[in-house]
Amino acid sequence: MSDASSRVNDFVIRFANVNGTGSASANGLFAKAIYRMGIPVTPKNIFPSNIQGLPTWYEVRVSEKGYLGRSGIVDFVVAVNPQSLEEDIASVRPGGYFLYDSSKPLHRVMMRDDIHFLGIPMMTLAMKNFTQPREQQLLKNIIYVGALAALLDMDMDVLRGIVAQTFKSKEKLIGPNNLALSIGYNYSKENFKCPLDIRVETRDLIGDRILMEGNLASALGAIYGGASVMAWYPITPSTSVASAFEKYCKRLRKDPDTNQNRYAVIQAEDELAAIGMVIGASWNGARAFTATSGPGVSLMSEFIGLAYFAELPAVIVNVQRGGPSTGMPTRTQQADLISSAYASHGDTKHIMLIPSTPTECFEMTAEALDLADRFQTVVFVMSDLDLGMNDHLTPALKWDDARSYDRGKVYTSEDLENMEKFGRYLDVDGDGIPYRTLPGTHPTKGSYFTRGTSRDEYARYTEKGDAYVRNVDRLVKKWQTAKSWMPKPEHLGNENQNNLGIIFFGTTYYAALEAMEMLQDEGISIDALRLKSFPFPEEVQSFIDNHDEVFVIEQNRDAQMRTLLINELNVSPSKLIPILHYDGMPIPATDICTKIVAHLSVNALRNDSL
Amino acid sequence: MSYVKPVFSHPELPANKVGYRKRDYEGAISTLCAGCGHDSISGAIVQACYELSIEPHRLAKLSGIGCSSKTPTYFLSNSHGFNTVHGRMPSVATGATMANKDLLYMGVSGDGDSASIGMGQFVHVIRRNLNMVYIVMNNGCYGLTKGQDSATADFGSISKGGSQNHFHPIDLVGMALELRASFVARSFSGDKKQLVPLIKLALSHPGFAFIDVLSPCVTFNNNVGSTKSYEYIRDHMEYPAPPDYVPKAKEITVDYEAGSGTTVTLHDGSTLRLDKLAGDHDPTDHLAALRRHHEAVANGEILTGLFYMNQESQTLHQLFNTIETPLNALTERELMPGQTALEKINQSFR
Repeated sequence: MSDASSRVNDFVIRFANVNGTGSASANGLFAKAIYRMGIPVTPKNIFPSNIQGLPTWYEVRVSEKGYLGRSGIVDFVVAVNPQSLEEDIASVRPGGYFLYDSSKPLHRVMMRDDIHFLGIPMMTLAMKNFTQPREQQLLKNIIYVGALAALLDMDMDVLRGIVAQTFKSKEKLIGPNNLALSIGYNYSKENFKCPLDIRVETRDLIGDRILMEGNLASALGAIYGGASVMAWYPITPSTSVASAFEKYCKRLRKDPDTNQNRYAVIQAEDELAAIGMVIGASWNGARAFTATSGPGVSLMSEFIGLAYFAELPAVIVNVQRGGPSTGMPTRTQQADLISSAYASHGDTKHIMLIPSTPTECFEMTAEALDLADRFQTVVFVMSDLDLGMNDHLTPALKWDDARSYDRGKVYTSEDLENMEKFGRYLDVDGDGIPYRTLPGTHPTKGSYFTRGTSRDEYARYTEKGDAYVRNVDRLVKKWQTAKSWMPKPEHLGNENQNNLGIIFFGTTYYAALEAMEMLQDEGISIDALRLKSFPFPEEVQSFIDNHDEVFVIEQNRDAQMRTLLINELNVSPSKLIPILHYDGMPIPATDICTKIVAHLSVNALRNDSL
Repeated sequence: MSYVKPVFSHPELPANKVGYRKRDYEGAISTLCAGCGHDSISGAIVQACYELSIEPHRLAKLSGIGCSSKTPTYFLSNSHGFNTVHGRMPSVATGATMANKDLLYMGVSGDGDSASIGMGQFVHVIRRNLNMVYIVMNNGCYGLTKGQDSATADFGSISKGGSQNHFHPIDLVGMALELRASFVARSFSGDKKQLVPLIKLALSHPGFAFIDVLSPCVTFNNNVGSTKSYEYIRDHMEYPAPPDYVPKAKEITVDYEAGSGTTVTLHDGSTLRLDKLAGDHDPTDHLAALRRHHEAVANGEILTGLFYMNQESQTLHQLFNTIETPLNALTERELMPGQTALEKINQSFR
């Protein structure tokens, strides 16, 4: 057996479960306990497009150093799914551990001699101690959490504390859950040498961070940002944005006197209707948003063009998944960049904000509502499945109570009263952004006809070429104005130490940070820029200009962000080297590191031979 | 547009209760073909809004795409209008209604817009009982793309080019009745006497008020053999329940012989009298409406008038329990829960 050195707070544990058997709460209990012990933790759900029966995994990375990306290596597997046993045994690194339900013996051919097998008769223990079949199945999961507590030296009080808190309103469940924890704990103590060389130790490394999903954070961002109308159609992985919005609105958006709602959530008949409702509500002055994923954006594209051209605010949270077509609905990708940036027919482009953390999902969704009103256009929040549906260790959410909403340029009744003539598409301020009016504002002034067909500055229908050109050129001016309103990219690297740079964005953040440290260990110092928006602020052009080679790391096949950079900036394509990962799993740091090192070695060889 | 509508109107034309003259409800000059049924419907909308003393800016007009959907330019210039995308007006109207429950919403669509590309949104807006008037200007053909049959073209109807339609029509009235739309009527663009009160009634109805208005296409579907021509419709029209709308502010007038009709009380307290031409049809009886409709289809009659009206109709806002203040009028104070609440949320994720 290799790797006998002790690994404290530095390992990956993978739970192999059957979908729909209640494993999620047991696994969540495990991750929460690590978090409460003060150790950085990243859990990831790896789940099928299925409700019941298919294999599902939950991968938890424990990292004293605070690495929050996926490692790609599995040190420990907890296997309670016979369907995936073979695959699960194969996934353990040499010297790692395989904990399984030994109620039925493992077949000899499955055994590996380079890993440790830990058998616990979980189902037998559950049947012995609990009577109801459903209870036996659920608590079998808690038994393995108890076993892990002994094997990994976890704090049982922390676990019991979480159980007590979880079942605060269903007190009779506390006893059986604690019993299950103890059964697993005691079995391990009696049958194995505890703790193992892989183990945890209490730390204080969390600071003011919480463990939250991006979708929930986006929903809260929409509530704090003032969205009062939400229209949506169910689609993985965005659905939980809508359900969280409604759940928290019920708590936070009730009129205290009448108990009536200060919000409306409409489950539309399809994505076309969902975006239509958002546009209708925005046109009429309410803040509105929708959440969807790639296929939904495809369906919304006609309406997105209307909103762009007629200049109406709309916020779309795009929780990206693997495409094209139905693709991999339960796997992550950053593959909707081009289809969102240029959604719809004709000359269109749209603002995109790109969060990397749930905290940014919160901030950017609120920000998107401001920007949509300010620029009277569609704003995408480009999340992804990894960010949206997994818990992430993220700074606590903050809101400045003194902050007011930027409702953009909207004429009031008084403004109209003092005005000679209202022109809906007049560039009054020279920034490309016109003033709008809301229906019902003034009895005789300010009405206009909103349409997707060409019109003049006074919203009068026209097919005259020069009026059309004036209008679409003004839209470009508006786009230029938007650049200076975008969140600045984050500069993360070692500036000017050499000529290498990396550009990344969204959930690639976590792996990129870790990869930078790995490269540093190999003596490769690299400058880094994290993008947060489209259009690109000036800093992006200068970052690329200041380096000879820039690696663009992204989670799609076609290097879509690289294409956007080439398309929108003045850059030589040969300068931008794509580093791509697109198997549907979050990108691991080792992958980035290996590909960059390989590229540099090839270049070094080439230079040597010259 | 190559010519301009004169702005002159007679100074002695009377103003309505809110001080507007009929001219204030008109729109730009129509660019539809001369004699188009749609222009008569625009005229009826103007008349209805004027008579109801609706302040023009308190109404929003929405449409899809097609000849019918161009018409909102030709009425109510002082109202905000929205010419959306083909077949998707209902969703935009839904969002707009959610944002501001205090305005009136007039949706205009066509048979292509509602019975084909927009069928999905049409049936779902019925299902949600959105508080709006939804007029389909139904001519059985695609006018703006030069006369192709639409899904409401009748079986056997002959097109201008002489070909016969082999498909059974999608009957929007039948569909609305089946889906329990809370207000279902049909009229004819050439019958202003019936259409104006129907629109007034629809505007007063809390919920989805659907009026299928047969509106002949003079250019592409007014030929011999067409079942959507002026001549054919006039020959086959029957009235189940032509309404007369009586606003609550007025006393019920004695235009009708006592006991010869039915009186219906609306939610806002105004009443509707159905005169004796109504026969025995009770428009609050859903089953009867379905039966009359099926019988008419079987007999080849075109029934016009009010088929059904649900007096218990609840709007989407009522179903959603939204607050009295329109959502678009809420400010940070009502919308933003504050840092203290956020800290509590943070705490639940520690």
